[in-house]
Amino acid sequence: MSLIQQLINGLAQGSVYALIAVGYTMVYGIIRLINFAHADIYMMGAFIGYFAVTVFHVPFLPALLLAMIGCAILGMTIEKIAYKPLRKSPRIVLLITAMAMSLILEHGMATVVVGPNPRPFPELFKINIIHLGPVQINNVQIINLSVAIILVLILQYIVYKTKTGKAMRATSYDMEAAQLMGININNIVSITFAIGSSLAGAAGVLVGMMYPRIDPYMGMMPGLKAFIAAVLGGIGVLPGAMFGGILIGLCETFTKAYLSTKLSDAIVFSLLIIILIFKPAGLLGKPTREKV
Amino acid sequence: MKQHFRKTLIGFGIAVIGYILLSVLINSKMLNDFYIRILMMIGINIILATALNLVIGFTGQLVLGFAGFMSVGAYMSAVLTMKLHMPFIPALVLGGAMASVFGLLVGVPTLRLKGDYLAITTLGFGEIIRVLIVNIDYLGGPRGLPAIPKYTTYTWVYIICVLSVLVIYYIIHSSHGRAMISVREDEIASESMGINTTYAKISAFIVAAFFAGIAGGLYGHFLMFIDPKSFDWLKSFEIVTFVVAGGMGSLTGSILSAGALTLLPEILRLFGFSKYRMLMYAILLLILMLFRPQGLMGSKELSLKVFKNLGFKKAGGEK
Repeated sequence: MSLIQQLINGLAQGSVYALIAVGYTMVYGIIRLINFAHADIYMMGAFIGYFAVTVFHVPFLPALLLAMIGCAILGMTIEKIAYKPLRKSPRIVLLITAMAMSLILEHGMATVVVGPNPRPFPELFKINIIHLGPVQINNVQIINLSVAIILVLILQYIVYKTKTGKAMRATSYDMEAAQLMGININNIVSITFAIGSSLAGAAGVLVGMMYPRIDPYMGMMPGLKAFIAAVLGGIGVLPGAMFGGILIGLCETFTKAYLSTKLSDAIVFSLLIIILIFKPAGLLGKPTREKV
Repeated sequence: MKQHFRKTLIGFGIAVIGYILLSVLINSKMLNDFYIRILMMIGINIILATALNLVIGFTGQLVLGFAGFMSVGAYMSAVLTMKLHMPFIPALVLGGAMASVFGLLVGVPTLRLKGDYLAITTLGFGEIIRVLIVNIDYLGGPRGLPAIPKYTTYTWVYIICVLSVLVIYYIIHSSHGRAMISVREDEIASESMGINTTYAKISAFIVAAFFAGIAGGLYGHFLMFIDPKSFDWLKSFEIVTFVVAGGMGSLTGSILSAGALTLLPEILRLFGFSKYRMLMYAILLLILMLFRPQGLMGSKELSLKVFKNLGFKKAGGEK
């Protein structure tokens, strides 16, 4: 396969990682928490999409919207139940509750709701392969890429052009000062979780269309990689997360194509460690000075 | 030092009495194989929890890839006993040594990082070790290593468990331990007091990796089968959970929570929640963290003083 072909596959994969990574980075930016349950919100998004299509027979766009709304509500609920009471505790405690929340979602789905077996995601579009010279693109890849780009543009607009976005940026810069300026911190944290989770939900539906098998444990590996993408780009920095997601997607497809399928995970992790050692705040992150 | 010596003697006394009690129970068939297995698992988890507590609780460095070191020790000692026919204990010690070499290799570049970044890099290293083992055919690759001789007995688990807790107790109460605690409290301040913080962090890391390797060796020779999957990041997280739930910086807390959290799924299984036990486990963990974020013991230690105080109060009451 040609180089350009791999580039396109990597972009399609990377755009999904980018959508998940944005959620990690937004939550981290605002309450300094590595939200391990985020990967499972992405899984829930895939399942909400699945049920919307199989039970209610809705087409693609309403299914995507339903998944996004469902995940936004789920994300806000998780924040209210599990993270808000612990906002003043040491961060490792939050990390443990996030992990417990992730286990609850996974095992709750696997034992109570849908069962552990993988299910086929319904075909929303007939797959058409478009030939552009030596390069093949299928229409699902095009849809995924364009949905991801549209969502990221909407996110950019919300964060950089609206009042809420300004409040979010202020809160992530300095929570206490933002509170003193009359920003309702609790609302802003809720909104952040809602936006991040809805993007993960959208990613769930998109991945369901690309790799049509979904199961309650599907979030683990993409979640970890999206998280690495967020760190790689500089955690807490929005463009960094998108850039990191694309980079990880490309890196993964290229190592799979040209180096080794089995070692691709190890190579992705090594890339992270090498970058962190030389640029500890991530690629686009600003280094912080120590104050005494 | 004298005070520690007395405490050690008391601890040793309790340990010997505990061992005699345990062997009486086992020899009189009061405890069947199922319970012995759980007790051995608890012992192994106590070693892991106290070792990680040295890094997380006392030195204040958040390390997430701890199961990686466990897998190094498990594979090293299993290869030594299976393929080179070495006796058990030297193989265990060499497994621990190999794990601490890995600890040094991982620690030197990563311990410069702080907080969450350190957590992520160590998590990454744990995964790299796992993926590498999957790709080494000599170690069985993804299929794992079967038919490891069953050398781990409850006596060995007990002795090694007591020894490792003792060693960590002595480290914490030595000048090295005070250096580690000062790094946790304030790295910059302790550096300006002339403490070599890098040395303190890396030495804590190496000691912890050593005990993780030993625990891994015990684990392998106990289950008679190891595969890379049993040392993934969920296992690492389980160990972190023991430390945080018991209270960071409390050795007795780690011991209690490693015991309780290992027992919990088995108890749930006994009560017929077999299918839902991971779900229940996660829910109970969430509740524990929400209502007691500092962990079971906080940073306090359970000691005989509690009983002494009770005794005095009673004596006072009788007056």
